[in-house]
Amino acid sequence: MLNPNLKLNQKLFDEDVELAPTRAGFGDGLLQLGEINPNVVALSADLTESTQAHKFAEKFPERFFQTGIGEQNMATIAAGLAESGKIAFISSYATFSPGKNWETLRTTAVYNEANVKIAGHHAGIMTGTDGATHQATEDIAITRCWPKMHVYVPCDAIEGRKATIASADINTPVYLRYTRDKTPLITTESTPFKVNKMQTFWVNENPKATIFATGYMLYYALVAAKELEEEKLQVLVVNAAVIKPLDEEGILEATRVSQAVVTVEDHQVEGGMGSAIAELLAKTTPLPIEFIGLQNTFAESGAPKELVEKYGMGVKDIKAAVKRVIRRKM
Amino acid sequence: MLSDLYEDKLKDLEKKAEQARELVIKSLLSAGAGHSAGPLDMADIFIAFYFHILNHDPKNPDWADRDRLILSNGHICPIRYVVMAQAGYFPIEELQTLRKINSRLQGHPHRTALPGLETTSGPLGEGLGQAIGIALAAKLDKKKYYTYVMTGDGELDEGNIWESLMFAGKNKMNNLIMIVDRNNIQIDGFTEDVMPLEPLKEKFEAFGWHVLESDAHDIKQFVDIINEAHAIYEKPTVIIAHSIPGKGVDFMEKDFHWHGKPPNPEEGKKALKELRTLKGKIISEQE
Repeated sequence: MLNPNLKLNQKLFDEDVELAPTRAGFGDGLLQLGEINPNVVALSADLTESTQAHKFAEKFPERFFQTGIGEQNMATIAAGLAESGKIAFISSYATFSPGKNWETLRTTAVYNEANVKIAGHHAGIMTGTDGATHQATEDIAITRCWPKMHVYVPCDAIEGRKATIASADINTPVYLRYTRDKTPLITTESTPFKVNKMQTFWVNENPKATIFATGYMLYYALVAAKELEEEKLQVLVVNAAVIKPLDEEGILEATRVSQAVVTVEDHQVEGGMGSAIAELLAKTTPLPIEFIGLQNTFAESGAPKELVEKYGMGVKDIKAAVKRVIRRKM
Repeated sequence: MLSDLYEDKLKDLEKKAEQARELVIKSLLSAGAGHSAGPLDMADIFIAFYFHILNHDPKNPDWADRDRLILSNGHICPIRYVVMAQAGYFPIEELQTLRKINSRLQGHPHRTALPGLETTSGPLGEGLGQAIGIALAAKLDKKKYYTYVMTGDGELDEGNIWESLMFAGKNKMNNLIMIVDRNNIQIDGFTEDVMPLEPLKEKFEAFGWHVLESDAHDIKQFVDIINEAHAIYEKPTVIIAHSIPGKGVDFMEKDFHWHGKPPNPEEGKKALKELRTLKGKIISEQE
């Protein structure tokens, strides 16, 4: 069942569940930060409204900088502002930032320990009809490998706002991953967002498998869990909202009973959240894992729901992976 | 307006520049690696900055109102480290730790390793953007400090330099002054053979910058040019500083092969001898 302690959205499984895009959370969170902290500045590379930075830009025009279509320039200017005591948020599509400007960020933000927050938008194949060139599917891999990096992947718009605000709590870079389309609200205003703790959203006494899901895919994992429950198969579902730093204790606790893992992400299976979990388990308590995500392929143009099904990331695929991993335990 | 550069002071700066060149060769010898040509050809300009132009305090590198000097072509950091030591940011003896393990003097400058560096650089093309961010912060915080940024000329091959130039031009950033080390060399050869930059002045002007030019080895002229740059209100200013790569060491001058390598002990000894016999009597322990 849904974890009663976390005050999750009780209407989650309704047909008319409330929808909102996680990028709206960025827009609201950035605005709120701008209101409470005069040192917050924001930069955009010609994608202001799409990344929802326009609310901040309209209210604080003197603290907003438009660089035009130049993501490397946006990154270095942000680093310079951060070097001067500002908290600099840069936003663009994740394929371009941290994609195109990866080395610039590595040198001037991460290695430089400058307070730059990287908002990567339109993440995952759910970006849809723009096609693979605009669907960021390697962005978690290329940011979590940076030393001391924080990587936050909010599961819905409400968590998106909290994650954005939380990113300002440390003085070093954070990567924040947002998606384009409206997705179900899983949490409520009362659900805590914790950087140091992975929270279990679907609980059970005797789980046979633990599903870790990140971003909006958490909804698919929860639907799969509910359907499996009806088939008398108990699982846990954990919201992997913070991929770095990894909640090692929490992951080991969440897998202690089940001893089997399925990871679910809108990302390549190589290098993403699933790999992070596998790395931890391999050096502590090796156990069977199944990875749901893009299997060594780019996707294509299409409606998000169609793409998720075509590329093996839907509810039925998650359920099949759960059954597979349980069989592997024997 | 900078204070007057009277005759005695100018002579003192020129002497310091010779000392700087000698210290560069010594630290490169000690490190056994590093770049020769750029550090040597920028010695005069670095001395002019640290001993006359910059409003700064070596004992207080985080002083909020200091002028900022950003080095974008980070590989010439040997000259920056040398002049910072001469100015009192850290002891001269520490120069022998260049590029060695546990040193604050990293092969390419790292902001958090040594107070006073302002930025981390090395990969080319990234310092101008950072300088812009720093200059923007000055405007936001209503501060009067200048932000100077040094770049190489080969470095102007990098596309994001031009992204940054466009931004500064658009925003009429008059508290930002760029200095290009126009030594005409890069790793694979002369700039005009590898990737021609000319007509360079016209390119900067087209991007909304005011262009000045200077001899990189004439300190008096360079200081006058900086004064002129301070008076430009409507645009950011770039100073194209014409330099002789490897200046001061006869067998290194104008030879692009010296861009990226240090002298070996034999060559170092020869270089130090040349630097000493150029002007006056500076005793080197090499002899």
